[in-house]
Amino acid sequence: MVGRVWDDGPMLFSVQVEVSLREGVADPQGSTIERSLPHLGFDGVRGVRVGKSIRFELEATDESAAVAEVEDLCRRFLTNPVIEDSHVTVTAVEAAR
Amino acid sequence: MASRVGVVLFPGSNCEFDVLEAVRLLGGDAEILWHGDATVSGVDAVVVPGGFAHGDYLRPGAIARFSPVMDAVVAFANSGGPVVGICNGFQVLTEAGLLPGALQKNRGLKFVCTTVELRVDSTDSVLTSNAEKGSVLRVPINHFEGNYTCSPEMLNQLRENDQVVLRYVDNPNGSVDDIAGITNEGRNVVGLMPHPERAISPLLGSDDGLPLLSSLLAAASVPA
Repeated sequence: MVGRVWDDGPMLFSVQVEVSLREGVADPQGSTIERSLPHLGFDGVRGVRVGKSIRFELEATDESAAVAEVEDLCRRFLTNPVIEDSHVTVTAVEAAR
Repeated sequence: MASRVGVVLFPGSNCEFDVLEAVRLLGGDAEILWHGDATVSGVDAVVVPGGFAHGDYLRPGAIARFSPVMDAVVAFANSGGPVVGICNGFQVLTEAGLLPGALQKNRGLKFVCTTVELRVDSTDSVLTSNAEKGSVLRVPINHFEGNYTCSPEMLNQLRENDQVVLRYVDNPNGSVDDIAGITNEGRNVVGLMPHPERAISPLLGSDDGLPLLSSLLAAASVPA
């Protein structure tokens, strides 16, 4: 343990995954919202797309390991790659211990 | 000996007893397969019924596909066993990778609950072998996310291989190519949004689901 310092452990990351429908996939929620906006007087809004945001915390040795794990998680679970894309944002919070 | 059909029960399934009833009406044995048990208990065919497995959280079928029973269902399908997914069950089978494509929210965000006409476009599958090609069946639908979609390449493959087994006569949900039901390349896995188990008696408005479910029982009686 010589030379090991107190914060030399896994790091904690704050993760945000934004799931959106892939380009070209019809988005009935987005188009419904867009169609209703003029009724409220918002006439200039175009290209409404609805997605979802998933946030969690993750322990990993470093940022690239965290990103790799989250991308695997997205591919296998959080998105359906047939119709959805994901955008991952990973931010270091602090040393986990 | 009567064929044994296993009907998968997830938390949130709600059509399992209709399927049990329909199978028994046709002279088969039917039993529940619990989602937490990693086995299909030696049944001859599996039905993944409709409902809202695991509350449809995240996406319909996204969580159900990780249930212990689904590993056994996938292995059963890969060994040639007949598997049919109805409505939410279709969504589960696409998420599990047993069938291609995905089911999106209906065109116009419309929940559809009505009886529709389906055209039998292929009789080469475990759910359509006893139906007549080109015949029109009246079967109920009841779904919000039944708008079938897939890549253009996959759509070509489905057409070329005769994998689209059922099409809507009047498309109710925006599905590409009017697709109501598809089969896999092995023809032993079928997914469809309509509910044949709710069309088993004239008292229910239609008994056009019977040729479909009797096809499944016929497939179940053939050793895989």
